[in-house]
Amino acid sequence: MDSAHGSFQQLATGPDSAKTLRDGSRIAVVGAGPSGSMFSYFLLNMAEATSLRLNIDLFEPRRFCHRGPAGCNHCGGVISESLVQRLATEGIVLPDEVVQRGIESYTLHMDIGDVEIRTPLEERRIAAVYRGNGPRDSEPMDTQSFDGYLQRLAADKGANLVHRLVTDVSREGDRMRLECADGYHDEYELVVLASGINSRLTADLEQRAGGFRKPARTKAFICEFRLGREVIRETLGPSMHVFLLDIPRLEFAALIPKGEYATLALLGDNIDEELMERFFSSPEVRGCFPGGKIPDHVCHCYPRMNISGARPPYADRMVMIGDCGTTRLFKDGIGAAYRAAKAAARTAVFHGVAAEDFEAHYWPTCRSVQVDNRFGKLLFAVAGLIQKARFARRGVLRMTITEQRHPDKPKRMSGVLWDLFSGSARYREIFMRTLHPAYIKDLVWNLVAGNVDRSHPPAVERRHGTH
Amino acid sequence: MARLGKQYGDGEIIVRQGERGNCMYVIQDGAVEVLAVTDGGELHLRDLGPDDFFGEMALFEEETRTATIRSKGTTRVLTIDKKSFFGGIHEDPSLAFRLVQTMSHRIRDLTDRLARYEEPG
Repeated sequence: MDSAHGSFQQLATGPDSAKTLRDGSRIAVVGAGPSGSMFSYFLLNMAEATSLRLNIDLFEPRRFCHRGPAGCNHCGGVISESLVQRLATEGIVLPDEVVQRGIESYTLHMDIGDVEIRTPLEERRIAAVYRGNGPRDSEPMDTQSFDGYLQRLAADKGANLVHRLVTDVSREGDRMRLECADGYHDEYELVVLASGINSRLTADLEQRAGGFRKPARTKAFICEFRLGREVIRETLGPSMHVFLLDIPRLEFAALIPKGEYATLALLGDNIDEELMERFFSSPEVRGCFPGGKIPDHVCHCYPRMNISGARPPYADRMVMIGDCGTTRLFKDGIGAAYRAAKAAARTAVFHGVAAEDFEAHYWPTCRSVQVDNRFGKLLFAVAGLIQKARFARRGVLRMTITEQRHPDKPKRMSGVLWDLFSGSARYREIFMRTLHPAYIKDLVWNLVAGNVDRSHPPAVERRHGTH
Repeated sequence: MARLGKQYGDGEIIVRQGERGNCMYVIQDGAVEVLAVTDGGELHLRDLGPDDFFGEMALFEEETRTATIRSKGTTRVLTIDKKSFFGGIHEDPSLAFRLVQTMSHRIRDLTDRLARYEEPG
């Protein structure tokens, strides 16, 4: 076996032989979160279409039927409009048991007022889901975990589920060798790392192989409040509540209604107790809860988030997808996992599994996400400036309310906010829309009007809630 | 509970023959009937159920809808925008695989029906 130390290329490059998948080839997928399960499903789908017989072992030590953190992948659980549409086009229609709620609007909360932004087609195309089987200590629910559903899709397509923890990946001649915590080991023609941002495997790779950089990460906070269906209907409604507050290091905060519970997700630069205290004490947040009182949460976690991709996310006979490879900044991580999973599967089936194949056919997908993330950083920086500048918030609020009041008016600001909050459009596309002369003209007008005429502030526009 | 898509009641028209369209639909729940409206009345072409799609021809042709789609009972459908669909295909051509496969099945079905219609006697 190759030495455990040395450059990434030593681990990355095997003997110079044909590196393509053939009938009977064995593939190991490490991690059965969305990226691992979707990779398995699409790889087997493509193989079937081209009459190629492949064997996939899908390694996942957790069981997503468990409630609480043990069966959960720690995420806000919002499936974007674009991903819902793409999955439906693929023939993957999310069942009602998986969708906790279809989101039909976003309600933006600021210190100067709120505005509800309704879905453009009056149709619910954003899904709130549980990644596991619900919060810790929750009653057994008649629902399914999103990750569990995708895992079953992969298994039904022919992937072999292996409930083992993979602890090491190394090269054995022209094959890859996997070792598990219980001593089990096996060899494969291709190893797909879909082990998430917290994976020790990528940390080990970085430590022992020069030339490889694991993804950079930051800390987020997610918790669940048990409010009951009736209270949720009266206070939150089918709306996702987003907060634009002047709190340092807070990039994004959302309260997402799901069945009996509401999920709160705080994203930013290392979310800590101090930041959370400021957030929970703000009147805009308190106003979303019955009687203005924040209840105790029943489940919480501080998940790590990928804020820059692994480099390089591939090697000979090895590819990294999902959070342990490249993902989208803050939004639509599951959508990015879908794109990476499909790109890696296409490369493996139609081109080959050598590093050059992944560089030519998989890397462009990762690079496009990374380039788009730069526009995302720019957009969140602008949002940060708006958070700090009250006059800017007045302009944004006035422009959005005016658009929502007049159905025939172009939804310039509403569209930008909708796509930024929902993750349904690429950051570059959103950014380019903000450079449109008509957008700039409307914004300037509303900045002036919203700040000159303060005696008549725009009315609060909400269909749901206790404000 | 608010589920995905838009809900239509029994007998409600989702797509009307002759209208221009720029989206296709995927049935989330329930069933629809596909009807050709002629001078002689309505001709029932087929029924569609969960996971089936319709309205896809309008994505490829700048033509009007070729059939009327009517909800049978309560139906929930999800709209797939033309822009989102072609954006997806541009990035990942395999996204069209299922659509092509289904359209192929439908052509086969129509060919069989035509052959039966033209059988002597």
